Amino acid sequence: MKKQCEVLIVGGGNAALCAAITAAEAGAKVTVLEGAPKSHRGGNSRHTRNFRCMHGGPLGTLTDIYETQEYYDDLVKVTAGKTDTELARMTIEQSEDCYTWMHEHGVRFQPSLSGTLSLSRTNAFFLGGGKALVNAFYRHAEGLGVEIYYDTQVTHLERNGGRIEQVVVTHEDQEFRLLPKAVIVASGGFQADLDWLADAWGPAARNFLIRGTPYNRGVVLRDLLDQDIQSVGDPTQCHAVAIDGRAPQFDGGIVTRLDCVPFSIVVNRQGDRFYDEGEDVWPKRYAIWGRLVAAQPDQVAYSIIDSKSLDLFMPSVFPPVKAGTVEELATRLELPPAALKDTVEAFNSACKDGPFHPTELDGLATDQLTPKKSNWARPINQPPYYGYALRPGVTFTYLGLKVDETARVQGQDGALENLWAAGEIMAGSILGQGYLAGFGMTIGTVFGRIAGREAAHHVN
Amino acid sequence: MSIDAIGEARRQVEICNACRYCEGYCAVFPAITSQRSFLDGDIQQLANLCHDCRGCYYACQYTAPHEFDLNLPKALGQVRRDSWHQYSFPSGFGAVFQKSGLAISLAVVIGFAFVFWIARQFAASADGQGFYAVMSHGLMVAIFLPAFLLPLFSLMVGLRRYWKAVEGAPVSASHLMSAMHAAARMKHLSGGHGEGCNFEDEDRFSNARRWWHQLVLYGFLLCFVATSSATLMHYLLSMPAPYAWYALPKLLGVPGGIALSVGTVGMLAVKMKSDSALSDQRFYGGEVGFIVLLFLVSTTGLGLYWFGDGDWLGAWLAVHLGSVLAFFLLMPYSKMAHGFYRMAALTRDAQRGAEHS
Ligand SMILES: Cc1cc2nc3c(=O)[nH]c(=O)nc-3n(C[C@H](O)[C@H](O)[C@H](O)COP(=O)(O)OP(=O)(O)OC[C@H]3O[C@@H](n4cnc5c(N)ncnc54)[C@H](O)[C@@H]3O)c2cc1C
Ligand code: SF4
Ligand code: SF4
Repeated sequence: MKKQCEVLIVGGGNAALCAAITAAEAGAKVTVLEGAPKSHRGGNSRHTRNFRCMHGGPLGTLTDIYETQEYYDDLVKVTAGKTDTELARMTIEQSEDCYTWMHEHGVRFQPSLSGTLSLSRTNAFFLGGGKALVNAFYRHAEGLGVEIYYDTQVTHLERNGGRIEQVVVTHEDQEFRLLPKAVIVASGGFQADLDWLADAWGPAARNFLIRGTPYNRGVVLRDLLDQDIQSVGDPTQCHAVAIDGRAPQFDGGIVTRLDCVPFSIVVNRQGDRFYDEGEDVWPKRYAIWGRLVAAQPDQVAYSIIDSKSLDLFMPSVFPPVKAGTVEELATRLELPPAALKDTVEAFNSACKDGPFHPTELDGLATDQLTPKKSNWARPINQPPYYGYALRPGVTFTYLGLKVDETARVQGQDGALENLWAAGEIMAGSILGQGYLAGFGMTIGTVFGRIAGREAAHHVN
Repeated sequence: MSIDAIGEARRQVEICNACRYCEGYCAVFPAITSQRSFLDGDIQQLANLCHDCRGCYYACQYTAPHEFDLNLPKALGQVRRDSWHQYSFPSGFGAVFQKSGLAISLAVVIGFAFVFWIARQFAASADGQGFYAVMSHGLMVAIFLPAFLLPLFSLMVGLRRYWKAVEGAPVSASHLMSAMHAAARMKHLSGGHGEGCNFEDEDRFSNARRWWHQLVLYGFLLCFVATSSATLMHYLLSMPAPYAWYALPKLLGVPGGIALSVGTVGMLAVKMKSDSALSDQRFYGGEVGFIVLLFLVSTTGLGLYWFGDGDWLGAWLAVHLGSVLAFFLLMPYSKMAHGFYRMAALTRDAQRGAEHS
């Protein structure tokens, strides 16, 4: 590994590759250090399916229009105002150009996937998903002469005043000290470090599943925060959804999601309900269920449906547990049978007659039941019965590095001279809480390109 | 074996149905997402729609070492081969061919060539012209008509069995047209974006395999039409071979033969470049054997045209006829079956599309 390098990029996901390609096209010599082996390259970006894109008229696979103001309003809604207006508007305005840029660099798009919450106006879907995007970017970067090292973890960035002087990396059990002229960090959040999650969230976090890569352990993030770099975002929070409890500890990705909750009752280990399953349409509620399940004993819950509802949601990756009676289902799920039976009976007798509309708020609510179920409340009485175990699945963490509109990382006493950040590691600057589907890739692409441009400018 | 292969493919298909990221690549994914549960016949239908373009392999975030261990092209490839064997009639020989196709092809070619060579010593007709001087027309027909019709009959039996398994409805002209339209352009090998498949160089898209395959397909069809036209000229117009270069059989046959020869070499070349570890090694011999057989048929045919005047005519003819006979007889068991099953699968897909809309 060469000691001297021009632009050094830490990470190998979408943000890192957008930065690498942009810097290389601007004439810089670029080195990419990907902590994962080649088989796992691409971080969480390899699990994505789309990015959210502003557009003033039909654009490729995107229908109709989606203007800056509407996009911004959507963002303010989900973050409850916890966003940086300037950065957010800039990101949104530049998202339109990202579509063409991605296409020019080998990414192909496809119409909104069947069964996706009609996102065809707001989100552009990658053909083949995020791994196809990552593959296209790697191939393009290699073509531009970018040097790529896999299995290469950055452990320390040595700060001297306003500069990063050295970057310490581990590669094949050997330590190297590199002397780059400019550094871009794009190494994601810290959600794969369960100890850190447990520090931030409490011991319950050890039972969380991580939806994405095991390689985003926040090593670089912590290293920089320890060296007086300004942080943004709530350090105790993470974005978590309820996923299939049988999912692997890491990298289960999109397929482990479960969309059955609105048509079910959800009970905890004791067989008791604890929240309104039909509060709102699922796309608006799926993100609160991670937290709800995390608050239950052993961080597990069970979604129970009957045969009426089995075909109403996207198919699950693992088949549900099935039984002829509620008690038998309870036994299979290791729940107290009598308690589950009582809960189901109480729920059933609180259900009223009325029209049922699975795709809209139908107002079919329970009567005098706590907690209430506000919509889609149909009795669970048609065998066979089905159950899914739910666990919290962490998508990303909010804590990040503070950057300005040129993606430059901010120290306590002003911007650093030769350090930029892009992607998840700085997303907290714009996404203080909540989540807007497809915005993660937008932030990574916009800031990756800015960081690449600025770093190349710095070394030239 | 067949049940395991279907079970494994079903496991993977169910993961894809929860994911759907590859929806735009080919016809397999829309067929998956229109269903929730998959009977054996459904899986076989998906398998026969797949071209092994590997787009969905390289795009998949769940390939090994991920524990989901996705390799859909491989899983479907196994089911596809098994389905041809399962439905073939008389059954049993297919598996042997898949394993040692190259050796069998060559052995059969050599065997038949030898027989023709011997036969010629006795059966050459004195008044025939060109190659009929070597072997009488009557004898050729007596050998080749059954050799052509029996395998065709055998394939039809197989297709009927397949059609039952996939719950096919009566075929209408519009479904057939739609299938032919897809096959004629190899639409589903376009990658959905027109840039082709991921066959030769990991995730790089390329249309090479698509073009080579088209060359083989159209070359084959030209040769087929050339032979048919010669048959008609012989019987209806009483115009027996040999034909001048401007006669229909030659006008179609020569370019067809060249396309087939060149196309098969191209197919073999991309096959050698592809990552063979991604597909089932058990089928490698059968695939290579089939391509070599097609190459022999076309190249020895062309050889007859160019070098067939001299002393070598007898030998050339023996080898050519030997390869043609081998090609026909092995048809139900060789990869030639894939053309028939693919057409059936495309037709069924068109039907299902119509049923769903
Ligand atoms: C299942 C799932 C689905 C998602 N779907 C979408 C979606 O459809 N649309 C969307 O916009 N967002 C989606 N997201 C969020 C999205 O994945 C992220 O916002 C985005 O990928 C962030 O890109 P990034 O480049 O910053 O990080 P990543 O893509 O995670 O890349 C980080 C890289 O840094 C490397 N790395 C980490 N530490 C080190 C180190 N110390 N040294 C060297 N390298 C290191 C990692 O190996 C990795 O390559 C999804 C997330 C998940 C988990
Ligand atoms: S092959 Fe992989 S990425 Fe493609 S649909 Fe199936 S599971 Fe998803
Ligand atoms: S045709 Fe290609 S994309 Fe479609 S299933 Fe087969 S290998 Fe995958």
